[in-house]
Amino acid sequence: MLRIECPFCGLRNHDEFTYLEDGSGEMPALDNIDGEAWYEAVFLRDNPRGMHIEDWHHTQGCRMVLRVSRNTLTHQILSVMPAHPDYKEMFSDSAKSANSAPKSAKAKSAKDGRG
Amino acid sequence: MDGKARVKRYSALRIIKEGLSGHKGWQPAWRDATPKPAYDVIVIGGGGHGLATAYYLASIHGIKNVALLEKGWIGGGNSGRNTTIVRSNYSIEGNTAFYEHSLKLWEGLSQELNYNVMFSQRGHLSLFFTPGQRDALARRYNIMRLNGIDGEFLNRDQVQKMVPHLNYSEDSRFPIMGGFLQPRAGTARHDAVNWGYARAASALGVDIIQNCEVTGFIHEGGKIQGVETNRGEIRAEKIGMAVAGSTSLLAKMAGLGKLPIESHKLQAFVSEPIKPFLDTVLVYSAYNGHFYISQSDKGGMVFGGDLDGYNSYAQQGNLPIYTDVAGCAMNVMPALGRVKILRQWAGIMDMSMDGSPFIAKTDIDGLYLNAGWCYGGFKAIPGSGWCFAHTIANDAPHEINSPLTLDRFRQGRQIDESGHGPFPKAH
Amino acid sequence: MGAYRLNKGGRINRDKEVFFRFNGRRLKGFEGDTIASALLANNVRQVGRSFKYHRLRGVMSAGPEEGGALFNVNDGAMRIANVKGTMAELRDDMQVYAQNAFPSLAFDIGAVNGLFAPFLTAGFYYKTFMGPARTTAFWMFCEKFIRKAAGLGKASRLPDPDSYDIAYKFCDVLVVGAGPTGLLAAAELAEQGQKVVLVEQDFEVGGSLLSGGRTEEFTLRDTLLKRFEKAGGQVMLRATAFGLYDGLVTGVLERCSDHQSAPEPFSPREISHIIHPQHVVLATGACERGFAFGNNDRPGVMLAGALRSYACRYGVMAGRSAVIATCHDGTYDDAIMLASLGMEITLIDARNKPSRYAKKAQAAGINVLAGKVPVNVAGVKSVAALEIADIDEAGEIKENTTIIGCDVVGVSGGYSPVIHLPSHRGIKPRWEASINAFVAGKTPENIHIIGSADGIFDHQACLDNALQITQKIKGQKTGVKLRRRVPGGMRALFEVQIKGRKLKSFIDPQHDVTSEDVRQAHREGFVSVEHMKRYTTLGMATDQGRVGNVLGLAVMAQAQGLAVGTTGVTTFRPPYTPVSIGALAARERGRHWRPTRRTPMHHMHLAAGAVMTDAGAWKRAWYYPRGDEGIDEAYVREAATTRQNVAMVDVSTLGKIAVQGPDATEFLNRLYVNPFAKLAIGKARYGIMLRDDGMVLDDGTTWRLAEDNYFMTTTTAQAGPVMLFLEELLQRRWTDLRVHVTSVTDQWAGMAVAGPYAREVLAAEFPQLNWSDEAFPFMGVVEVTHRLGQHDITCRIARISFSGERAFEIYVPSDSGAQIWSALADRVNEAGGCLYGMEALGALRIEKGHVTAAELDGRVTLEDAGFGRMASKTKPFIGSVLRQRSSLQDERRPQLVGIFPKDRTKKFSAGAILCTPDAVSGFGEGWVTAVTHSPALGHWIGLGFVAGGAQAWQGKTIIVADPVRDNFVEAEIVSPHMFDAKGDRQHG
Repeated sequence: MLRIECPFCGLRNHDEFTYLEDGSGEMPALDNIDGEAWYEAVFLRDNPRGMHIEDWHHTQGCRMVLRVSRNTLTHQILSVMPAHPDYKEMFSDSAKSANSAPKSAKAKSAKDGRG
Repeated sequence: MDGKARVKRYSALRIIKEGLSGHKGWQPAWRDATPKPAYDVIVIGGGGHGLATAYYLASIHGIKNVALLEKGWIGGGNSGRNTTIVRSNYSIEGNTAFYEHSLKLWEGLSQELNYNVMFSQRGHLSLFFTPGQRDALARRYNIMRLNGIDGEFLNRDQVQKMVPHLNYSEDSRFPIMGGFLQPRAGTARHDAVNWGYARAASALGVDIIQNCEVTGFIHEGGKIQGVETNRGEIRAEKIGMAVAGSTSLLAKMAGLGKLPIESHKLQAFVSEPIKPFLDTVLVYSAYNGHFYISQSDKGGMVFGGDLDGYNSYAQQGNLPIYTDVAGCAMNVMPALGRVKILRQWAGIMDMSMDGSPFIAKTDIDGLYLNAGWCYGGFKAIPGSGWCFAHTIANDAPHEINSPLTLDRFRQGRQIDESGHGPFPKAH
Repeated sequence: MGAYRLNKGGRINRDKEVFFRFNGRRLKGFEGDTIASALLANNVRQVGRSFKYHRLRGVMSAGPEEGGALFNVNDGAMRIANVKGTMAELRDDMQVYAQNAFPSLAFDIGAVNGLFAPFLTAGFYYKTFMGPARTTAFWMFCEKFIRKAAGLGKASRLPDPDSYDIAYKFCDVLVVGAGPTGLLAAAELAEQGQKVVLVEQDFEVGGSLLSGGRTEEFTLRDTLLKRFEKAGGQVMLRATAFGLYDGLVTGVLERCSDHQSAPEPFSPREISHIIHPQHVVLATGACERGFAFGNNDRPGVMLAGALRSYACRYGVMAGRSAVIATCHDGTYDDAIMLASLGMEITLIDARNKPSRYAKKAQAAGINVLAGKVPVNVAGVKSVAALEIADIDEAGEIKENTTIIGCDVVGVSGGYSPVIHLPSHRGIKPRWEASINAFVAGKTPENIHIIGSADGIFDHQACLDNALQITQKIKGQKTGVKLRRRVPGGMRALFEVQIKGRKLKSFIDPQHDVTSEDVRQAHREGFVSVEHMKRYTTLGMATDQGRVGNVLGLAVMAQAQGLAVGTTGVTTFRPPYTPVSIGALAARERGRHWRPTRRTPMHHMHLAAGAVMTDAGAWKRAWYYPRGDEGIDEAYVREAATTRQNVAMVDVSTLGKIAVQGPDATEFLNRLYVNPFAKLAIGKARYGIMLRDDGMVLDDGTTWRLAEDNYFMTTTTAQAGPVMLFLEELLQRRWTDLRVHVTSVTDQWAGMAVAGPYAREVLAAEFPQLNWSDEAFPFMGVVEVTHRLGQHDITCRIARISFSGERAFEIYVPSDSGAQIWSALADRVNEAGGCLYGMEALGALRIEKGHVTAAELDGRVTLEDAGFGRMASKTKPFIGSVLRQRSSLQDERRPQLVGIFPKDRTKKFSAGAILCTPDAVSGFGEGWVTAVTHSPALGHWIGLGFVAGGAQAWQGKTIIVADPVRDNFVEAEIVSPHMFDAKGDRQHG
């Protein structure tokens, strides 16, 4: 059982989650009409043995998409972050340190993140 | 170097003779070769596919100056850790002819190799539970029939007559409606296939080199010229790769770049040996469930289900699939409740973007790729070796494997039996 | 001569007699006995037959390594195969049967194999049975007999009547093994305040303390157990840690009721515990192993430690006079204890230098002989004598032998630490020469191996090791590393070979693998450990090589001229001991195998007499038979009523997603192939979405309820995947969009009222709405609060048609679904209408050429499904680039069509292949996806895909080929819109 530390829900068994796919690359922009770019993004994989950036969906939890760094050989998980950059911001080191700061500062940092 | 003359045939008579003389006369099944500096062809990967390729290169195409390189011991990958099912029930062009070709080779393989691969044509029964499943399977089996492949429709009563101890109760979550049977399908002894090909290839002069790991590729003038290994440099102008489970890693090393492949973990299970319990291969898919089971000659119930569902190179089992597969077993065979699992293991599958394999030339001159077998590679071994050998020998695919190209997705020519699209874990 | 029960001693309860049957014979044991101890107590020496040669087998060990005492237990549906008699507790009325023997244990036909043993060596099957012809016929003929002879126990074919459970546990430390080391570690940790779970496979805590036979050991056991329990620790008995997985999650099988004569009703037979600890302490002990010599598989040849276990724990002497063969000091204490209990013992030690315990043993009356090894066992049914020989310092064994009469032989070749669980985690075993055994390699920080499991075989050192580890877990520095060693040292002994003698020396007695088999494997090149294992089947029996692996590796190493332990080792795989399939499936069987989803109106369908069918996890009404109608009569009536009058169907299973936020419009516009930017509030639109690869993902209608609020519907099958895809898009790809999606499938009950009189029925129920075409046009949406009884119910109504009739879909909060359904059903029935199910729904949609999952199977493009013109040319959408790949734009691709049989009386089926008359072979020109008997047209019709589409087949005949059902029908290809192609009925 992989144990995934969901930033929103805590440490959970992986069978609560749905593995999505490689999360290391970006999909082409929707208006990108380069067929080759889409072909590569949709069909080709780096498929490393070792560290792998991948996305999991907490299907039976908060339903957030999480970006996980995991070793595909040892299954060791190094980090779990929300895939959405705004939420990721909330869990970044600066935001974390803001957790101990007064409430107003914390709210502000989260709000900034959304901007 | 010519091992052919020295290899004695296996037979009942020979066994009696050896038995009476303390079995001292047996020779190694294959020569444990040390690498020469150069060969006509190098086959990387000593699994069933690589061994079969080497054998057919020598036996059909007369290319006997062949090195087969295996980083560990032959048959140590997926061809030695599968559920041994052999069938040809495929419906999409590109698959159907290929798997039937393979099945036909299976039928004469023991005699061809002079090695009993124990291919037992016990039949392969796919159950269905809903009209939708029936219609999809009917389409598949009709295609088979129209291509000269055996396939039969069984109603619920016929299924019950064939396998009486399934769950026919209306209390089951998905009551059995019927099944489709491929009588010529069955199971074989996986190790025997590997060893049989190794022995036959070695007898024809192929060098089988174990504990020889490829660490690099030699390119000269845009062409492949050989490999670097932990046992030194070995040269050849043609190199075939059949390294399921490590395909992406070697492809990267060879300069092929990204492939339409993800590595996923598939688990398999065997029970303690029991007296004859199931006389066919039984398979089904139902709502979020997938299950296949057969009984080995030793008496173990051999079974499996879905992938773990995330990229993995770890050959270790995991609990969620363990419990899921057990549930799938109990769903159709509630007598299995008291049968005990003896061993659980896992293999690393090359999961392709459409669930179908690749036997093809690559963008690099002289480099050929055999990969992407998902979890159906075992039954493909003879056909795959046959087609791959043809492709290497002629520098062009045979008609049978011509659809199994690496870049078929670029043109939208995917061979997608399940319809799941570019999600390897779903195939 | 033979085995007998002592008058006193042991941990059995002599006040509680237990009666059981072995092969029908009634025997007596005591509470606290295992099957094996009770059989020995009754001097039952032969307990089964071996796998290949069907040689007689006796009890060999006293633990999970047992390869001889395997039984079928119980009758009928309760029968269990391959029960290890050394682990199974005896209970009243237990029915125990020997395995692999037919017709009886004493006379077994299969034993004829033994005569052919010279030929049935390693690799035998690979070399013969090929047959003359290039077919599998000869092999399959032979295979039948081979299969019958193979296998061990007989499994019941009846459904398992027992129930099982899965339970989840969380703790700080999981201690595996409750021997002295594990007990002490567990007690210390619990006293430190850790939450500790201690699992023990045995039915008593104590491990080796139970078999020592000394009061102080029992006292230590009791003291430690009390300390542990007092500190709040939890002990689980009959609980085997069978697998160690990622994240330290441990599978533990608890056997709850097999040992009870009358289990509590409804109590599970076994429970699979999935335990989540922070640390795992493995105090799994070590397993004694023998070594190979002639006929070392005969009943009466046992592990030396097992002799002691039976004597001290169960009060059973396995024989009266024993030869005990060893190569280390550890066995002396066993022998001394056995002698004190009355066993006449000759102790032969392979070491030439007398042991420092030799004098003590002699003082106990033991005949101690140094520099001797066992050569061959005399006696077929059981041990009658042992032939022994001298061994010199160099390891040379002399040819002159002497014979010692005895009725039992004890063997000890050393101890193998039980390192299965670390092996599950990929921790490679390492050969430790000081103990001639494998130990686990470096473990991660949260896995701790202690005591004899780590090769520490000294009692006090084990206890020290336990204390060390508790400090380490606490975070304190630990002291010096304890030395792995066998006290007094040992002589490595794996096989006794003697010049000029052909001995049948077993390495794996369960699978009948001999040392000769291993040497033959070597001659044939099967030298890597995995090849050897697979070629000889060594270590593949039910004990998974606990006893034989090391011997096999040693014999192979010797054949290769290599040092033992340098050749690698095969990997131990889970489970540690076999786990029943039922226990892992637990409650997921029968009706509960998968969750069942029911719509809010489910009970009303049942009340209306509906026959239900499965749609994914959902139960849906299939048809509502009246009188003695079958499915065909019922659906044709229901569909006809829909076309002619009015009918209602439950559509609650459709996926429903609330799409909300300022950018919701933009989101939908990017998602769907057709434009959504200008959908008016109060209107619905049919939309199609693709996957990134350009294949159709799903279709459905989406309703605009407000500026920033949409109500999306999906197909039943794709509800989950579409929801996931939307979330993925918003969180990964289009993170700029301010949109929130919420699955509301379970929040809204849905029903469709369809038919020429649908409007009248609804107008009667909802008089507050204007039902005119102008006010409520096709694709119009209204939200209305409807008062029904005491309740105000929010209803969302859209004029949408899947049936092709004038139709409305009404969604209401699930809690009110049944209430509204009931009210509308009454009105439908009053109007002469009916309810309709899935089959009629299918008939109606096939007539109209509307697609479902049967057509949209993940391999279909927009053009294939006839939606090519819906795709926007002015905006990008998901899949808009890759759908243009060359092969997907081929006009010869199969496209959606309607199919009429030429002879309108003929029937055909979905799954048939469409072929030209001159080529009914290959892949044909297309296929049939759905078939119905059309009430509107009066004959069988079908939907399907055919190359080039309907245009290409005008005026041509096609064959509907269905060879698996032996049906070939001539047909014509028509437009998929087979009824009311213009759609007048739904608009009118």
